[in-house]
Amino acid sequence: MTRECALLLPGVCAALADPRQPGSDDTCLEKLLDWFRVLTRFDPTVNLVQDNPCLTEFITSVLALPEPSPSVLSFALRLAGILASSEARFQHLQQEQLLARLFGRDGPLNSALWEDASVRSGWVAGVHTMMHHQPALHFLCNGGGIDVIFTLQGDPSLFVASAASQLLVHVLTFSVESETTNSLSTTDCDWPACAQTIIKHIEDSLQSSSASHIEQSLKLLTSLFGSCRATWTKVLWLGIAKQIKSFLMEETVQVQHMLANLLLKMAWSPVFSDTEGSFWVLVTSALEHLTPVQAGPLAVGLLSLNKCPQDVRMQALTVLLQPMDCILRAASQPLEYPGLLDESVSDPAAVESLLSSKSSCASLLCQTLAHLEQLLSLIHLPVDLPYASLLRSLLAILQFCNGFLSPASPLGSTISRILIHCFRVQKSALDVLAALSERKGCDALLGNLFDVLLAYLESPNTSPTVLKKAFQATSKWLVHLRDLSCSDSQWQRTEKILEDVFLVLQKRLCSHCWEVRDSSLEFLTVLIKCLKDQDEFRQSLLSSEVPRLTENLLEDPESYVRASAVTAVGHLAFVTYFAPESPVTGTQYNKENTIAKLEEILSTDSEGFPRRAVISIFTKWLRQSQLEDTEQFVSRVIQIVERDLDWEVRLGGLELIEVFRSQTISQFGLRECPYAPVSSAVTSSAPWNEPLQTLCRAKLFGFLFRSLCDCDKPLGQRACDILLVLKGNFYPTGTPRDSQGTEDSPAKPSIAWLERTLRQGSLAHNFPTDGSNGVDFQDPESMMLALGTIDFEDLHDELNRCSDHMEKSPQSLLQDILAAVGTIEENEADCY
Amino acid sequence: FFQYCLSGHPTLPCNVLKFKSTTIMLDCGLDMTSTLNFLPLPLVQSPRLSKLPGWVLKDGSTFLDKELKECSGHVFVDSVPEFCLPETELLDLSTVDVILISNYHCMMALPYITEYTGFTGTVYATEPTVQIGRLLMEELVNSIERVPKAQSASMWKNKEVQRLLPAPLKDAVEVSMWRKCYTMPEVNAALSKIQLVGYSQKIELFGAVQVTPLSSGYALGSSNWIIQSHYEKVSYVSGSSLLTTHPQPMDQASLKNSDVLILTGLTQIPTANPDGMVGEFCSNLAMTVRNGGNVLVPCYPSGVIYDLLECLYQYIDSAGLSNVPFYFISPVANSSLEFSQIFAEWLCHNKQTKVYLPEPPFPHAELIQTNKLKHYPSIHGDFSNDFKQPCVVFTGHPSLRFGDVVHFMELWGKSSLNTVIFTEPDFSYLDALAPYQPLAMKCVYCPIDTRLNFIQVSKLLKEVQPLHVVCPEQYTQPPPTQSHRTDLMIDCQPPPMSYRRAEVLTLPYKRRYEKIEIMPELADSLVPLEIKPGISLATVSAVLHTKDNKHVLQLPPKPPQPPTSKKRKRVSDDVPECKPLKPLLSGSIPVDQFVQTLEKHGFSDVKVEDTAKGHIVLLQEAETLIQIEEDSTHIICDNDEPLRVKLRDLVLKFLQKF
Repeated sequence: MTRECALLLPGVCAALADPRQPGSDDTCLEKLLDWFRVLTRFDPTVNLVQDNPCLTEFITSVLALPEPSPSVLSFALRLAGILASSEARFQHLQQEQLLARLFGRDGPLNSALWEDASVRSGWVAGVHTMMHHQPALHFLCNGGGIDVIFTLQGDPSLFVASAASQLLVHVLTFSVESETTNSLSTTDCDWPACAQTIIKHIEDSLQSSSASHIEQSLKLLTSLFGSCRATWTKVLWLGIAKQIKSFLMEETVQVQHMLANLLLKMAWSPVFSDTEGSFWVLVTSALEHLTPVQAGPLAVGLLSLNKCPQDVRMQALTVLLQPMDCILRAASQPLEYPGLLDESVSDPAAVESLLSSKSSCASLLCQTLAHLEQLLSLIHLPVDLPYASLLRSLLAILQFCNGFLSPASPLGSTISRILIHCFRVQKSALDVLAALSERKGCDALLGNLFDVLLAYLESPNTSPTVLKKAFQATSKWLVHLRDLSCSDSQWQRTEKILEDVFLVLQKRLCSHCWEVRDSSLEFLTVLIKCLKDQDEFRQSLLSSEVPRLTENLLEDPESYVRASAVTAVGHLAFVTYFAPESPVTGTQYNKENTIAKLEEILSTDSEGFPRRAVISIFTKWLRQSQLEDTEQFVSRVIQIVERDLDWEVRLGGLELIEVFRSQTISQFGLRECPYAPVSSAVTSSAPWNEPLQTLCRAKLFGFLFRSLCDCDKPLGQRACDILLVLKGNFYPTGTPRDSQGTEDSPAKPSIAWLERTLRQGSLAHNFPTDGSNGVDFQDPESMMLALGTIDFEDLHDELNRCSDHMEKSPQSLLQDILAAVGTIEENEADCY
Repeated sequence: FFQYCLSGHPTLPCNVLKFKSTTIMLDCGLDMTSTLNFLPLPLVQSPRLSKLPGWVLKDGSTFLDKELKECSGHVFVDSVPEFCLPETELLDLSTVDVILISNYHCMMALPYITEYTGFTGTVYATEPTVQIGRLLMEELVNSIERVPKAQSASMWKNKEVQRLLPAPLKDAVEVSMWRKCYTMPEVNAALSKIQLVGYSQKIELFGAVQVTPLSSGYALGSSNWIIQSHYEKVSYVSGSSLLTTHPQPMDQASLKNSDVLILTGLTQIPTANPDGMVGEFCSNLAMTVRNGGNVLVPCYPSGVIYDLLECLYQYIDSAGLSNVPFYFISPVANSSLEFSQIFAEWLCHNKQTKVYLPEPPFPHAELIQTNKLKHYPSIHGDFSNDFKQPCVVFTGHPSLRFGDVVHFMELWGKSSLNTVIFTEPDFSYLDALAPYQPLAMKCVYCPIDTRLNFIQVSKLLKEVQPLHVVCPEQYTQPPPTQSHRTDLMIDCQPPPMSYRRAEVLTLPYKRRYEKIEIMPELADSLVPLEIKPGISLATVSAVLHTKDNKHVLQLPPKPPQPPTSKKRKRVSDDVPECKPLKPLLSGSIPVDQFVQTLEKHGFSDVKVEDTAKGHIVLLQEAETLIQIEEDSTHIICDNDEPLRVKLRDLVLKFLQKF
């Protein structure tokens, strides 16, 4: 603790303990506690409390108050816990007899203040932080604290109840691990006293008939097995396994829903997963006995495990796929396709009844689909899914949802009735469909797949959000189609699909709903990004109306659509103007017109999004070296961008500069990396001259230096980064800074002024915009001098320093609290 | 209660309800799909149509080739189009007391009913319904009369001949009933019989029934009707909408507690969501115009067109279509656009508030002001001077058989740049297009039907909970083309009662009560007697006076004074003779106690036999039977009056008198 803080602390403590003060700001108290945590973390000594007696005095005075405010009392409890976290300080507080008064029977525990949840929460938090040494454990156990925690497990405040449960887990773990000398064997039940109390409590609760008590213990066990992987947990488990198993089989107590999570946590723990026997039998039994909705999360968890017995995995797969199997069976004639599952291993009755109920059908399907997506997103899936059947089932769901499927069974009719226009299921199914595109084995179904997708893209009943998902799935499968080996028939099919897609896209681009226009443009952009090298794609695209309609949307009234249109047109250029083999005719814009149009948007559009899109497209074009006369182009763009009110556009401008810099430097053979060896070709006199002249003509230095003082900090940082790189380009390491013959430069005074200005920090307002102070940002010599003289490293550090580094210090926190008190005192004075 | 179903068309209903002593016709829709069997009426001589070959029978006979023409494999009647009228034979339509109209589409057969059947009653409808209905009729008459056709085909209607014709002519029903269009004088005469009503206005019919129109949310002035007496309530729901379009929202609450709910006029395209269709309409329109093509929208002059114009008003700028002219061509275009702006009280809340700003409620006023929308009575005259392409034309008739639309079909049909967008759901677009084949023009089907869909119906029925639902048979099964869509039918408990054309239904409801008033003096004279806790009875002797379906109980006339003179009694005295009253009995006879009483009175040989309805007490010696049943007691003894009286008195001891 600094001296300043030590001086301020007594005042703060006195203020906090002053009952006349209104309740202090909770955030301040939290920050104060954080500070104490930092102070005590690596210092177990008693110094902190000894050197600052005000801390114990504070606690004493809070305890002495007849009616302390709950927040201050809670603070005191938590502070005491932090202080007592080391044995030495614990003993110190014990000597002062504070801990028993805070956490014992005579403390807040038995006062009216206990009614306040924040006090109970403070008590639990205090005990939790304290619980790092034996004396604390004994203090808790001997003082009856454990029983209090048991009671708090059922606290009406969920926060307190959860904290109490966590605390019990911590106490149990700490007790077993600190008090046991020999490792426990399965037959040895010699638990330490405290652990024994807790374990007995768990066992008793599990055997009670109260569902809430059982739930509390199950929660506790779930969190214990989730956090502690020690072997003794298995000993504990053996004592209760039978009881847990009975919950699965008997329906007298409704706690089945909690078992999946418990078993999953256990399955992740090496203590249980390694064992051959009983645990996995129980898991299998759970998969059988839990309802499909309860078993789903367990099944998907098990399937993502690497260490899971094969038979359990198959069982989990059965649970997960059963709803999909039911759908497939309901949708198709018997024996038309093989189902997803072998009928002998699955009893579909439960799933069928859930699927035929209006209230559960959609939620069961959505849960299953979410789980499938989760599984498919794993790169290494430890189990092989029957992808083709899964796809068939997904297509059936999607067709049920748009009413295109005539069901072949009574169950099918019921499901179809429930699912029609169910957007939730449509979205989930399309997500899985997209994820499935990366798996193999579905190629035989591509025809059906695109029929369904096109029906969704075409249907006016498709909602905009579903349409977006349909677009995403379509783009993924179109990419998949590209990757297939190309036979003639394949090629024809691809061509037909693309033709249909563009026909639909054409209509969607004219939609009256801006969300649809926007997602159509995004879809187009994705397609171009992924497929622009494919001939069929380019031909289909260019022979459709899509390019022209896209360019029309540059004038859309909705700014998001304009922004997406800019991006799409930008990407379209790679297929049209920038692709020498496919000249485009007949569109409104040629290359020059398009650039002019985008520049117009950049300079005149009233909304930020389209302007941001333009600058990012320009950068992309420049990076891909698609432009001629880049110097002129960059200069024009920079002049537009530097006046922009949107900082993201200006930042985009800096990115453009960086790309231009990099290209200019490499174009003139300068070293991109300041540490690279100097090539002989450029060691001639003033190698920097030409590139620097180019950069100056592009007018980027003015913008760079001005950005250093921009009120939006990211700009300053980026500009500084670029200037540092430029400095490295023109003053390679080892080159003396002022060796370029600029000692007597007439520009020197103005650059000195520039340096002074920059040093004063953010001076955006008085930064010269007209160069009246004599800095000529287009003069290579001046710029060379500026790069050489100004200490960008230092500037860089300053810019990167957090703007609130002053306000974050503990000293300022203490001052803040005192200042708040001061205000009160002043007000009091005013009252007289 | 009976319902006579005169129309089989679910959205163009015509039903007659016999309710108490009144005969009420509910709507009189005109099924115009019959016109699809006829050749279009071109405004200018069409060489293509006039060169169509006559139809020749399989055996080569050509006697029909003047009446029937063949076009791309379809056969059409070359004659003035005719319409299929509601059934006129099922009951004598001159007995109809009133006709209730629910919206302007459902009154198109009105002149046929009021002017041809001897109808003498009154028609009730709201003002917008009448005004816009008049426009629709005017447009219809005008479109047909302006293209006079010399020929009138009737030979093909001969049953023997019709059997030889190809479908769909072969299967056309009731062709003998098909009639030519009515004339303007008939329209005017029919409309003059209409009495205007406002929403929630209660109209008494002969004191027996009260009818009330309620807003149905479908079109300007469209209504559902409540037909009720004191103890019965029938709701008639026809063409209703829960969507927020221009009309006043639907009044659902007043439909509650109906004994019978007659449900007609649901959406004809249950799978097409109107919002999606409007979107589709806009996209296709924009796409065509951007490609340099023209767009033709066959439509009615009122209704969805207002919403389409409003949608386009918001859309054209964003779609870059500001320079594309929109033309609305109809003999009643001007009136329709202007009428819509003056019916403020019939509009939805948003539009009503605009009127107070003051602003025109519909934005098409601004479209007209800025010259983006132009309207013309026909293609002749000003229109031909202003006509610029590419453009968008709204014009009728949606059947494509008459009206200015025929001209545009002929004009634009050859180019694939142009598009015809069907928005009215009344006609199958493929049938409508059949006489224009082969057609290069693009066809887009975006039927916009804002009427209730089956999901909304199921919610509505849950909400208003009628005891019985009656609906056209089409609503009780999935559409024939989508037999798996069991969601596209009415699902309620008890299952709806369905009807089809020319059927008479007995409505599943029995009259149980009638309201009768008691005159105050009579009421004063009643002395109720409590026979059970909470239940009091009084006997009433009165004269029931019935007039105009109102029933009143009046004091009976004083008992006639014993004649003081020997004057002859006047026979014509219309006061009924009043007999002295016998007291009424109530209660039940406990057999055991009765037997004991009999024994007390000296009957020693009493035997009791149980029967299905009660008991028989047998007095063997006296050869007498006493039959005791729940609601009657008989003493059967042979000519022993004193015994009978004695036994009667014993029986009466157990009963209460009042």
